[in-house]
Amino acid sequence: MNINELREHLCSEYPDLCPLFSVEFGDGSLTVAAERLYSAASDMRDLGFDRLGMVTAVDRGETFELVYRVTSREMRAGIFLKAEVPREDPHIKSLCDLWPAANWHEREVYDMFGIVFDGHPDLRRILLTDDWVGYPLRKDYEDERMIRRPDYI
Amino acid sequence: MALIDDLGKALDSSPGGSVILTSVDAIMDWSRGKSLWTMPMGTACCAMELIAASFSKFDFDRHGTIPRADPRHTDVMVVAGTITYKMAPAVQRLYDQMPDPKWVIAMGNCAVSGGIFYYDTYSVVRGVDEFLPVDVYIAGCPPRPEALQDAIFQLRKKVDSESVAPGRVRDVEYVLPLPGDPRAGDRIQALRDGGGRK
Repeated sequence: MNINELREHLCSEYPDLCPLFSVEFGDGSLTVAAERLYSAASDMRDLGFDRLGMVTAVDRGETFELVYRVTSREMRAGIFLKAEVPREDPHIKSLCDLWPAANWHEREVYDMFGIVFDGHPDLRRILLTDDWVGYPLRKDYEDERMIRRPDYI
Repeated sequence: MALIDDLGKALDSSPGGSVILTSVDAIMDWSRGKSLWTMPMGTACCAMELIAASFSKFDFDRHGTIPRADPRHTDVMVVAGTITYKMAPAVQRLYDQMPDPKWVIAMGNCAVSGGIFYYDTYSVVRGVDEFLPVDVYIAGCPPRPEALQDAIFQLRKKVDSESVAPGRVRDVEYVLPLPGDPRAGDRIQALRDGGGRK
């Protein structure tokens, strides 16, 4: 299924999600408000997107942009689901009960960005030690053990 | 080990005991140096070279360096790969489980100094010698199995100079030609001339 067919399919099934659909670099993406992410993801799953391959986030300064990659084996298509949460006290509803694969991915995003996933069954650090201070993939992260690369290298 | 240490101490302090001590040392070091069973602490790409070293093309079993998965069976820990701050306590614990005497080889740039993860990294230990006593360092990213072979030979030299008596160092002339040893050239040339084997 190519990108235009996917857009038509999406628009016929869920007309209210259609304006949020955009094409970036040849791939479909659906940017929704943070409160609406769970219902949109639920709709995506009902539409046939049965696999969550990746959850990550981007530090946009004032906000964090959450990125979910969902694919469908039946339609042979995939889209990005995106939502923005504020930098101060970032919260979003967990997608663990839609796709169980979200469990460890969301733990990783929590570990690296400090975004809290409400309703997550076991939200704790996954890659770093439990007593770690700070969230390393935030742009303003500082660590006394980190050595800055000098300019001449 | 306690018995051997006491024996070494007693022999070293008693008159004429060092004659026996040299023989005990020779036997101990010969047996230790020829069976350096390795604990393959492979955490990254260096582990691929470490695995290749055990297989038939390089065949490190002929040096007596048999890889064992259990730290309680092994003499030398080969730290091959990047060690993170989360991994370090596990490595320390495995090292503590190894019976004395034990040695450590830091294989590859990550284990030596952090390697490419030295700058701008929050999670990587800058060299395994921050928490383990390293005997031999191998540079390379990753090093070839031949470099690991050389490290085993260098470690064997070090083992040969150790004594069962604490604080005593054996003055050992190494009889096997090592890579870089000027005597090796003569011997290889002699082999080429057909005079080495009779």
